[in-house]
Amino acid sequence: MLQLLIGTDIPFMRYRRFAYVFSSLIVAAALAWFFVKGPRYGVDFTGGTLLQIRTNQVVHADQMRNALEAEGIQAELQQMTGDNPNEYLLRFRTQGDPVRQVQDAISKHLSGVTMELRGNQTVGPKVGSDLRQKAIMAILTSLGAILVYVGIRYEFKFALGGVAALFHDVLVTLGFLMFTGREVSLTVVAALLTIAGYSINDTIVVFDRIRERAKALRKERHSRVMDIAVNETLSRTVITAFTVFLAALALFLWGGDVLRDFSFAMLVGVVFGTYSSVYVASAMALDIWIAIDRRKGVSAE
Amino acid sequence: MSRTDQGKLLGVVLVTIASLWLLYPSYQYYTMSPAQQQAMDPAKLGKLRKKAIHLGLDLQGGMQLLLEVDKSRLSPAEAKDAVERAREIINNRIDQFGVAEPLIQIEGQDRIAVQLPGLTDPERAKELIGKTALLEFKLVRSADEQRTLYQRLDSWLAARRIVPSTDSALAKTPLTGLMIDNGFFRREDVPTVQKLLATTGIDSLVPTDTQLLWGGEDEARSGMTGRSLYVLKKDAELTGGSVASAEAAVGLENTNPGAWGVSMKMTPKGRADFARVTGNNVGRQLAIILDGVVQSAPFIRDRIPSGDASITGGSFDVNTAKDLAIVLRAGALPAPVKALAENTVGPSLGSDSIREGLTAGVIGTVMVVAFMAIYYQLSGLVAIAALALNLLYLVAAMAYFGATLTLPGIAGIVLTVGMAVDTNVLIFERIREELRHGRSIHESVRLGYDRAFRTIFDAHSTTLISALFLFQFGTGPIKGFAVTLSIGLLANLFTAVVFTRMIYDYWLGRGKVERLSI
Repeated sequence: MLQLLIGTDIPFMRYRRFAYVFSSLIVAAALAWFFVKGPRYGVDFTGGTLLQIRTNQVVHADQMRNALEAEGIQAELQQMTGDNPNEYLLRFRTQGDPVRQVQDAISKHLSGVTMELRGNQTVGPKVGSDLRQKAIMAILTSLGAILVYVGIRYEFKFALGGVAALFHDVLVTLGFLMFTGREVSLTVVAALLTIAGYSINDTIVVFDRIRERAKALRKERHSRVMDIAVNETLSRTVITAFTVFLAALALFLWGGDVLRDFSFAMLVGVVFGTYSSVYVASAMALDIWIAIDRRKGVSAE
Repeated sequence: MSRTDQGKLLGVVLVTIASLWLLYPSYQYYTMSPAQQQAMDPAKLGKLRKKAIHLGLDLQGGMQLLLEVDKSRLSPAEAKDAVERAREIINNRIDQFGVAEPLIQIEGQDRIAVQLPGLTDPERAKELIGKTALLEFKLVRSADEQRTLYQRLDSWLAARRIVPSTDSALAKTPLTGLMIDNGFFRREDVPTVQKLLATTGIDSLVPTDTQLLWGGEDEARSGMTGRSLYVLKKDAELTGGSVASAEAAVGLENTNPGAWGVSMKMTPKGRADFARVTGNNVGRQLAIILDGVVQSAPFIRDRIPSGDASITGGSFDVNTAKDLAIVLRAGALPAPVKALAENTVGPSLGSDSIREGLTAGVIGTVMVVAFMAIYYQLSGLVAIAALALNLLYLVAAMAYFGATLTLPGIAGIVLTVGMAVDTNVLIFERIREELRHGRSIHESVRLGYDRAFRTIFDAHSTTLISALFLFQFGTGPIKGFAVTLSIGLLANLFTAVVFTRMIYDYWLGRGKVERLSI
């Protein structure tokens, strides 16, 4: 039997204050970035056009930019890397039908270059704000529903810890997306929601064990109960995180450009989701537990 | 084997057979070569395609349009079913244009979503769908009436010193001074004229039963290119409703026999009206107007009893003529439509996405499978078998519900693989734990399943809840993702709890097992 991390006895809860500082810093940075600078939204949220074109030969990004500027086309140009250096993404924040303009600019200023339109995503401003609202609705309602479910199935202290972990994971992932200059599009929102699902899933596994152990180990200190539960579920936690990480990594490396931001978010989310089950969800549940006891006049710590 | 075990086995076998049966059409359809598809009876092919798993536009290429019907200028009575009528007409046009499996749905109050898979010419399709195609026949005012109106406009503009340039020749006749002949203006002057005509207050000079409309752009006359302005009687003599059929045709004009145009046949009532109008107005011009632009304004030489009319003009080629014939046959939209959003995926991008999605899916699955087999040995193989069944049920369910597989959907499948593995990891780790506590193999397996089940149920419920909300409120990519994820979660509950348990029961039921390979 191949076994990893069996019979460990790591005093996780002893270090929770460091984790609070660490988590607070990242969450604060993400929130600050969100409100001060704001994420880079995809055209599906801002309205505008995203063109994906492929040329018959590789043209340097600067040359392409000059050709477009010569025709007065205002677009954000991004050249693909890796296998497809002859592919470009053009973002237009304004309304209009830029396909022909781009075609003209290329045939006029880049001799011998022809282009193939690979994709055209145009979103009007009205639809953009609609989609934005719908995405926010989807996020809030699904988080709310999870909260209700966890609230019914678990005690208050657990529900609070679980939801804190959920927000922590979503915010941290959003933060990493913003820090790395990635676009927040509908697909990324789907990834954030998946992470929310994964995060609560992982938290529940640990919580279940804490609840089970709390009944059996009434005499033990709360932090000890938590440590035992976390250690007992550690091998499962790590194995699952590892396999999901593998699957997301495959998407990241081979899934193509469309899924890259999605899988990047998944990679970050899996790592932080695992961490937060212990250091946000359980640690917060522990401190609330201790606070409740103190108010009752009991001291289990 | 106990009765419940037999029941479970029967259940698994039945579900598996049903899944394979549901997936057979997909297998047939997607392994067919284009030549074989050509050879097949179209009706049969259509049926087969309906039963096969649908690929989203992001995977097979095509166009998606979100249109808004502008009801602002309709009366409340007209506005009531305007969107539904617009949908029907767009449906008709696309049918005649020839796109396999189009999807045209009303969304919300005044929006129509159009999906055209496999489309290769998005610009042409947009033109075809978006054209209002309001056809009108209006009488052109007589030369005297035109002259009177132009003189009135000229003196009104001159009195207000609204002149196009400092050219003294234009001081007295700002408008007609630019006119080459009979309403025709040079191309470079057209914007100036349009600006003059847009002067506030000028409308009051035009009689209420009269209307000024432009002809098509880039008209050639007297060796110049330009555009004609027409003075028309406002009320239409006939509209597109009188047209029974329309065909693209060549050689409709005597002066330009090689040119394409559209010939129309009228309905019986239209024919009578047309005969009356032409009979009463011999010698005058009858303008044929499409969406507010005068296509041509031939002189009526004689009463036309046959009801044959045609639309010609310099700009037609075979495709534009065919498309106009389609929209005239399908009828005019009750109100103009505007594209709010468009998403076009070229065929090459679609096939790349399929390839990349499959590559990533296969590599991810292989890595996970390899890990499971190494870490859990024989039990790992049980988990892999469960995973394979899970994926089989998932795609079969998608075929059954007619769900569409999209790229985010593939991501959802990959996540399902992750969840499925987690379920087995939870069970296996629990069984190992019980074994470590010195329990018997039978006891450990039973306890492992029982104790892990509650956790598995909670984990699946929360993920399923968020997936359902994603499906309800999400759009586009979010929805595709939610679909595969929800079906995958349900399939997973079945395979992990029923299928693998059954294997263990069988395994352990065959006698004394010394060691569990886990």
